[in-house]
Amino acid sequence: MDKTEKGKTFRRRDFLRSALVSLVSLAAPAVLGAREQMKRLQSWIIGEDYDPFQHNWGMAIDINKCIGCGRCVQACKTENAVPDSPCYFRTWVERYHIFEDGSVEVDSPNGAIAGFNREAKFDQNVMRSFFVPKLCNQCDNPPCVQVCPVGATFKTPDGVVLIDPDYCIGCGYCIQACPYGARFINPETHTVDKCTFCYHRLAKGLAPACVEACPTQARIFGEVDQKSSPLLRFKRMNKVGVLKPALNTEPKVYYANLDMEVN
Amino acid sequence: MEEPEDTPSFRERIRNKAHDFAAVWRKFPEQIQRLVIVFVVVVGGFVWVRPFFIPSDFGEYGHYRASALEEEAARGILYAGHGACIDCHDDIVEIKQASFHKDVGCEVCHGPAFAHTEGELDELPAPRERGYCPLCHEYLPSRPTGFPQIISASHNPMEACISCHEPHDPVPPETPRDCDACHGEIANTKALSRHVNIACVQCHETPEEHKLRPREVRPGMPMGREFCGECHAEDADSDKGIPRIDLATHEERYVCWQCHYPHLPEVN
Repeated sequence: MDKTEKGKTFRRRDFLRSALVSLVSLAAPAVLGAREQMKRLQSWIIGEDYDPFQHNWGMAIDINKCIGCGRCVQACKTENAVPDSPCYFRTWVERYHIFEDGSVEVDSPNGAIAGFNREAKFDQNVMRSFFVPKLCNQCDNPPCVQVCPVGATFKTPDGVVLIDPDYCIGCGYCIQACPYGARFINPETHTVDKCTFCYHRLAKGLAPACVEACPTQARIFGEVDQKSSPLLRFKRMNKVGVLKPALNTEPKVYYANLDMEVN
Repeated sequence: MEEPEDTPSFRERIRNKAHDFAAVWRKFPEQIQRLVIVFVVVVGGFVWVRPFFIPSDFGEYGHYRASALEEEAARGILYAGHGACIDCHDDIVEIKQASFHKDVGCEVCHGPAFAHTEGELDELPAPRERGYCPLCHEYLPSRPTGFPQIISASHNPMEACISCHEPHDPVPPETPRDCDACHGEIANTKALSRHVNIACVQCHETPEEHKLRPREVRPGMPMGREFCGECHAEDADSDKGIPRIDLATHEERYVCWQCHYPHLPEVN
């Protein structure tokens, strides 16, 4: 007589079959629940209409349009409550002077928050001069994120590099790692601070404050991946470059009409 | 096929395994046993305690706290943005949209306006002092060619800017017309050059149709060295002050515009 019917022993095949069935039925709600949980979390995190997975933000800057008025610096400090004292900037404007012998001088008085003054006389003739607005390049391959020991700085699904001030321990590794000098220790919070592309504005469907404040439309903001966006149009119509391309950081801040001396 | 009778039951097999394990365990010296216990307690304790210190949403998107996004996104805004003002101030916005300041957002001069749009702030500042406009319009050699600039020290020094220029519709001394209306950058460059008095059409033959269909009907452009030579050749019938070259020997491999930009010609 078959022992299985008496319930004394189990045949291996039956055991495996029932184990598989019970495993699947146990796991199914967990898997489905996790997906549901994920969706709920996404909508809860940013608000119903903003899905960070649907965006990839970038900025373009037209050097030929920048007039060095510093309104972007002022707007950034206001919008983001960056400490007023000098040396702390999320965005700043540099003025380049390229002289006849090829030497270069760069200045940025107080980040150009009050614009620039007429420069003093130089020893030699100036061959070229222009302004370069700078900010965090929101690298696609960010070296600052790699070095953070506590997971306090990270790249969001929409391509913005952010800092979690609750997690930042202020060690400053990322400041060393950033090749663009975009980071600083905020003297009030004692955590690292930098440009966030005004993430709080993006989530509300607005452009960053510096873009709003630029009187000459030198800053263009938009989607990197979509076929129709102000950024893509700008990149099609202009020859664009990035800062320090050899470092493979893949910045998402693109510059048009950039002089070879800028880095 | 029936399984053999002497197969041990599941419970017996577990018991046997436990016996085997105990036998192996007793073979280790006591200090090793203690070490293993300490190790198990420490590692097990770490694994048990870890979830209490790591937020549940850590690692949801990557190696970070997912709710840090929400906290960043939840911050309040100060600048209301380009579209906010037209709801109430449509009269001024309409004037501005047709003016040279159409790209200058209201908040560039009037400051952050979100509190104002929410009704928390009655009036926004308007910079009326002379120092404000020169932030953009003071002459700086570094500014792009063609951007309207003044030297405020010599430009009606005692007057406020707004007594002559309406900031919502600023008007330059002369409105660009003809070629300058579309080709402003070239016009501004040419205005600074030796060629300032040469009309565009002297070099560019421009059919009237070009004004209607600018991309299809294009103006002409001088192609050869002889055209420039009409003024600059040694034997040309032109003004005495014009620089001369010998067309036959002067860098004969190139056409003129490869070295000299005709709208801002320079000589070495």
